[in-house]
Amino acid sequence: MSASQTGAEVRLIGIGKRYGKVTAVKPLDLTIEGGTLVTLLGPSGCGKTTLLRMIAGLEQPTEGRLLIGDEDMTLLSAGERNVSMVFQSYALFPHMSVLDNVAYGLVSSGLRRRDAQEKAEAALETVGLKGFGARLPSELSGGQQQRVAVARALVLQPRVLLFDEPLSNLDARLRRSMREEIRALQQRLGLTVVYVTHDQSEALAVSDRIVVMRNAEIAQAGTPEELYAQPESVFVATFMGEANHLRGTIERVENGMASVALDALRFALPARGLPPGPVDVVARPEAIRLAAEGAEGMAGRITRATYMGSHAEYVVSTPLGELFVIAPRQRTLLPKGSAVAVMLDVEGVVIVRP
Amino acid sequence: MRRTSSLLPWLLAALGTLVVPWHMQQDGVTLSGVFALGREDAEAASALWQAAAHGRFWFWPVVAALALALPAALPQGRSARQARVLAVAGGLGLLAIVLQGLAIGVQGWSWPWLADTFGELNDRQFGIGLGGTLAMLGFLFLLTDGLARRGLFKGDRFVSGAVGLLAGSIIVFTAWPVLTMLSQMFTPRESLSWSGALLDRVMDRKIWGLACTTANVNCGVFWNTLMLATASATAATALGLSFALIATRTGFKAKKALRLLTVLPIITPPFVIGLGLILIFGRSGVVNQLADSIFGVQLGRWIYGFGGVWLAQVFSFTPTAFLVLIGVVEGISPSMEEASTTLRASRMRTFRAVTLPLMLPGLANAWLVVFVESLADFGNPIVLGGSFGVLSTEIFFAVVGAQQDFGRAAALAGVMLMVALVAFILQRKVVGRRSYVSMTGKGDVGLHVALPDGVRRAAFAVALPWAFLTIVVYLMALAGAFVKVWGRDWTPTLEHFRRAFALEWTVDGALIFAGGAWHSLWTTISLAAIAAPITAALGLLAAWVLARQTFRGRTTLEFALMLTFAVPGTVIGVAYILTYNIPPLEITGTAVILVACFVFRNLPVGVRSGVAAMSQLDKSLDEAAVTLRASTFRTLRTVVLPLLKPAIVTALVYAFVRAMTTVSAVIFLVSAEYEMATVFIINRVINGDYGLAIAYCAVLIVLMMAAIGLIQLLVGRRRLGRRSAAGATPAGAHT
Repeated sequence: MSASQTGAEVRLIGIGKRYGKVTAVKPLDLTIEGGTLVTLLGPSGCGKTTLLRMIAGLEQPTEGRLLIGDEDMTLLSAGERNVSMVFQSYALFPHMSVLDNVAYGLVSSGLRRRDAQEKAEAALETVGLKGFGARLPSELSGGQQQRVAVARALVLQPRVLLFDEPLSNLDARLRRSMREEIRALQQRLGLTVVYVTHDQSEALAVSDRIVVMRNAEIAQAGTPEELYAQPESVFVATFMGEANHLRGTIERVENGMASVALDALRFALPARGLPPGPVDVVARPEAIRLAAEGAEGMAGRITRATYMGSHAEYVVSTPLGELFVIAPRQRTLLPKGSAVAVMLDVEGVVIVRP
Repeated sequence: MRRTSSLLPWLLAALGTLVVPWHMQQDGVTLSGVFALGREDAEAASALWQAAAHGRFWFWPVVAALALALPAALPQGRSARQARVLAVAGGLGLLAIVLQGLAIGVQGWSWPWLADTFGELNDRQFGIGLGGTLAMLGFLFLLTDGLARRGLFKGDRFVSGAVGLLAGSIIVFTAWPVLTMLSQMFTPRESLSWSGALLDRVMDRKIWGLACTTANVNCGVFWNTLMLATASATAATALGLSFALIATRTGFKAKKALRLLTVLPIITPPFVIGLGLILIFGRSGVVNQLADSIFGVQLGRWIYGFGGVWLAQVFSFTPTAFLVLIGVVEGISPSMEEASTTLRASRMRTFRAVTLPLMLPGLANAWLVVFVESLADFGNPIVLGGSFGVLSTEIFFAVVGAQQDFGRAAALAGVMLMVALVAFILQRKVVGRRSYVSMTGKGDVGLHVALPDGVRRAAFAVALPWAFLTIVVYLMALAGAFVKVWGRDWTPTLEHFRRAFALEWTVDGALIFAGGAWHSLWTTISLAAIAAPITAALGLLAAWVLARQTFRGRTTLEFALMLTFAVPGTVIGVAYILTYNIPPLEITGTAVILVACFVFRNLPVGVRSGVAAMSQLDKSLDEAAVTLRASTFRTLRTVVLPLLKPAIVTALVYAFVRAMTTVSAVIFLVSAEYEMATVFIINRVINGDYGLAIAYCAVLIVLMMAAIGLIQLLVGRRRLGRRSAAGATPAGAHT
């Protein structure tokens, strides 16, 4: 397969899906640039898989249009879209050899069996499974099956490659290495990839852009950094990682900077267009600093302390409520009950519309 | 990108309309008769030629629809307009065919108002044949293609075509005949108007009479049927539950033999039990003779009537209830019972408070299944009923008897249909509420709790004597084939077999099938063999469409399909003769009507085994194939079918076997040329020629046991991912 090939752009225009009275996906617009990996992230039932399946052609949208490249694909069936999909269960055909599985799409497309098998061998090599062609899928490990599924999708040189929670059946260690492989492959081949997952760390690790979905609509879309550092809602903030949700007040806004009151604390934070008044404040656990009692900051008391090896986790009771704190590189664990001073690092604090 | 055209269905429609003879040919279509342009005889000509050369103007709309479809069917582009034209042309073509077929029959206009409007038509036409059938299929697929291209059915032309085919066949082979039959209830008779005739027929005292409550006479057949079905269902369910509990919850040694019971109703021709009972309890039966010779008591002919039919039905349907209830008992998650015992409940309390309530919907379902079977049963009441009439036999006598009163048959069938539909709706409600018992995908690793002693003893006390009786009945039934005249002359003989299946050789060594049964046996086997693959294919296709596709109207199609299964065989039989006696579909007396009857009566077999098998197949397998650019048909062929092999075999063999043993609908449809084994047997029974009938049954049973053995061999037993009490089997690896 050619390394220079670049995946096509995918445009969803007002696309939506209803099952009777139940709305699976509210009409939404989304553009996925060619050659990028975009993750659809969200809790189960948020509509992300339905959206993916509509791109694949496995579900028919009840409204809106779907463009791949410049072609309108809305009414085409899955096989006519030049789109491939890697399934959560891999969906390898149990009665066919690995090679026949990979060659299946090529034979369907009208290639002669011998040519198809040659190409399939090459694809198996790409995913590091040279020489496994004669085996049955049941004779492979989970990770190897996953690679076969990827090879089977890749060998068709699809304009868009879709992944439906591809790593959820693997153990934690394998999951990490597989996601790196997928990312490397995507970048090497310049593929357009749409990737569904409910695991935020997976999404952060592989994506060019992340689309966070909630209740059948897009909650926020952006780069991993944007979503983590500048969430637009408490939901996105808490979904993208651990976060303390606090309530504060914007006292005034000057030059795009808001001065925010959190109990006795005062901060200058980017205003993000919010007017003075009550506001939600999101503070990452690693942005909360604990110091010895009497230092600058709020008074607090540790109510739970957990040693995690690389870091320590605390729950601290403060005038703002219970705060979840991650303290990196701490050699000794602060004992439960100790009094501490709590300070917030503005780098990890952001205000969102209440 | 594949750009496929709709040329194929168009060519099909064109072939049917332009080239092939439109009407059914007297002696079948010969090779030379296939090309039907330029025929002198209008009846042997194609639709186009009939219109052009024989002045049959009513074919012009069909030809016009064909012409309209051509540009849209050509392989170029796929504009939305083309799709619409295709759908419209296909629909118009179908409409034109149906209208002309219905409007013009063997005596010109079919309805008087057409003659009043357009004047007398000095022409006529017979039923449609090869050309008409091809044209209908072609136009149907043009229509479904057009709809698929407009984005229905996810743009999938194969699914669209499959749904069209299924819907079309349900309409032609179930809805239309049943409606035709129901409309017969309204046919005016003698001095009565249609409403009077209807009231007279439906409100007949012979149906609804309640005289039996006050005097010693028979009640109306409705009450007879209802009473019989209720009694049979209750007894069979109780027995079935006993057997199911013994088979699944006790250490009973002969469990395998018990399971054999489940295949009995499938391989038994419907009157073997009745014959067995006659040979035991009949006037010259074993019991009566013994009673007479030992005690000098005349037991009389009590077996002919309610008691006998009830006994026979309980024998016949207990295995069915057993089969349903095995699934119910096994389906209860053992962890529920384990939870109950860990919560300090005794075994009895666990059984009463957990097991039984969980089984209740299943019990209700089994009861309704037997109720419907009893309602539709024809074989037992005809053999044992005597003067005790039920709906199915009354329908039969209304049609074949001296009265030939189709209106009355239709009214009775209408009543029967209503009862069946009520039972069907109740059953759907019961089964719908059953979801909490159904098995989850998770491996359930518990062990069922042993039965409380009291329940166990009761189950054994009921089931074992009954099993023994069943064996005796079957043995008696078979023994009857080997004695000269039961009850009078006990000399062992093979005479009955000789009469049925004698082979002779002519002087020059050619084989002659001299026995009287050969003809019907060959007919039965060959028609069953033709019907079986069609049944299996259509059934699996329906199962696949219903289980794997989502489209608007799916639930409607499913409901319609299930509804057709609820129509009793006798009703179908009457409906078929009433509908297919006259054009446009004149297939009475041909093999086509028998095959159609087998296919649509046995379709549930294919659908159920397909649905069951498909629910165990990961749906993403088909989706994977589809995204890998396999056409839907290729997906079906290369992925779904290979993985469904066991279901295919099951469907094929059961469809074959059931086609051979059915009698209720077929008895109306046979002709001298196409006589079925079951009908042949029943005619012998009616003539009192039990020996030959039983000999024939024995041969059928052996044939079908061979078929069942074949399935067991090919398919193997179903495995549940559960530990057995004997030794743990490793749970299936889940990836």
